[in-house]
Amino acid sequence: MSIRISNLTCGYKGHAVVSGFDAVVEQGSVFCLLGPNGVGKTTLFRTMLGLLPAIGGSVEVDGEETLRCTDKHRAKLLSYVPQAHTPPFAFTAADVVVMGASAVGGMFGRPGASNYDAARRAMAELGILDLAPRAYTELSGGQRQMVLIARAVAQGSRYLMMDEPCASLDLGNEARVLEAVKNLARKGFGVIMTTHSPAHVAQCAARGVLLMRDGSRVTGGVEELLDPQALSRAYGVDVAVGKAACGQGPDDCQTTLCGPVVR
Amino acid sequence: MRRNAALPGCLHIRAREWAVMIALAAALAIIGAVSLTVGTYDLSIQDILEVLAAKAGLAVEPSNGKAVTVLAVIRLPRIVIAALAGAALAVSGAAYQGIFKNPMVSPDILGVSAGAGAGAALALLLGLSSLAVHAMSFLFGVVAVAVVMALARSFGKSGNAIVVMILAGTVISSVFTAVTSLLKYVADPDDQLPQITYWLMGSFARSGNDANVWTMALALLVGGGALLAARWRINVMSFGDDEARAMGVNVNATRAVIIAAATLLTSITVCMCGSVGWVGLIIPHITRLVTGPNYRSLIPISMLGGACFMVVVDDIARIAVPGELPISVLTALIGAPLFLFLLARGRKEWL
Repeated sequence: MSIRISNLTCGYKGHAVVSGFDAVVEQGSVFCLLGPNGVGKTTLFRTMLGLLPAIGGSVEVDGEETLRCTDKHRAKLLSYVPQAHTPPFAFTAADVVVMGASAVGGMFGRPGASNYDAARRAMAELGILDLAPRAYTELSGGQRQMVLIARAVAQGSRYLMMDEPCASLDLGNEARVLEAVKNLARKGFGVIMTTHSPAHVAQCAARGVLLMRDGSRVTGGVEELLDPQALSRAYGVDVAVGKAACGQGPDDCQTTLCGPVVR
Repeated sequence: MRRNAALPGCLHIRAREWAVMIALAAALAIIGAVSLTVGTYDLSIQDILEVLAAKAGLAVEPSNGKAVTVLAVIRLPRIVIAALAGAALAVSGAAYQGIFKNPMVSPDILGVSAGAGAGAALALLLGLSSLAVHAMSFLFGVVAVAVVMALARSFGKSGNAIVVMILAGTVISSVFTAVTSLLKYVADPDDQLPQITYWLMGSFARSGNDANVWTMALALLVGGGALLAARWRINVMSFGDDEARAMGVNVNATRAVIIAAATLLTSITVCMCGSVGWVGLIIPHITRLVTGPNYRSLIPISMLGGACFMVVVDDIARIAVPGELPISVLTALIGAPLFLFLLARGRKEWL
């Protein structure tokens, strides 16, 4: 059971931004899309989600072609977790998650008991049931991101596509969101996420791809992606990678760090 | 109600929605009944009950012949059509706000009212049938909202989308107002000009007849019914096209249905009683303050609230001065300060 992306070419108005992209994302794994700004991460991401028409190639989710199917059909296979945002109306967090659970029900559909139940289970799974009655607009960025993840889980698909889930979050919230991502993978979800932080590959025990400005790509796991040479080639600056310990804690209290060298 | 119990802490929200809906329905009935007694011709309660009983098909012979005319021919249809128009304007404003993810729009701000007014004025000038007046009004309303959408899409960035849409609406509104002025200029000053002018100012004085009541009721049944049925999807659409599509909503079809329904309600109201501003903006906002933004309750409560508001405003129009005040004057005088008050309270979901 996997997402299989074959020879995907995407871009705007026939002009290819990313061409011949291949990847396989298994259920129970995390896949990171890395690369500098303007390299086509977002274009690729949106094309995989069916939000932009592909120029060529295919995306199959558990064997079903999703580039040319209806939005409704795709929504059952693949869900989208946008960056935490501020919508114009102060829906409760519960409202937001119920929307994810019930939106496939057609133009005049309404949420039923099973949708409310799916919403409750998704919020419980992410440990945010206590947020249910609170206004989404008044939550912190990290809490909003968790609500959006819960909404995607409530949608019922087995694959989640997250657009920079840790963008503009503080360290605590970053850790909480990444822990949620790892837990979802452990429970069998497949997660594709774009990120600006290569360390996420190590922190989520992920595989992924690093897109370069010259159109080449490095695919692999921690070994290949957290390679200082590959990263400095991608970002055009020296990049340092290393493990750091948090002090007196147990042996597992360490993390992989990755950052640009500032001169 | 039981379904929401699955989500902790949300039960009281649902309970409040129901309480407000029941209270507003009761208020509408009371306001309607009281409005029957309001007017320059004094009627006794007994007269009113007799006429209502006769109208309801009971074998009662009203003792006061004039009361029959005043109530059955003038007041009752007028109250009903004011309620229907208020519901239509409020619900179409709520729908536009959701579909455009923009809490600052309404039929008048988007230029739909001005477009519908110009279309109807043109049809009146050409001496077309009343069906053609409605059709032309709807058509011009749709054109107005389509142009505003196109302008907002081509000039708006994510950061200023709300403001660009309001500006586009202002521009389109002013263009259609100019068209209407031109039509007035060429209209026959003895007959058509006063007709168009007074009608556009907004009044229920001439619109209260049975045919209009049934037309308006039918429009509310179709347009309001569609919005009521699609209200769960308006919630999702307010998160933007990408998210709505990824959640499995057919955004183009849903948007077309919601805009068509809201524009139908606006244009029919404009045909019946001219351009009445503010209702579509402030009623949904007040509703959100009381029961929150979920369209589950926002649509029905806006309808009830708009109906109550409009009947009260029409009562004031009837009795405030000898003769009568135009409705749009009153809604602006009431709506503008109310809106500023709401704005000053600075709700977080605004702008």
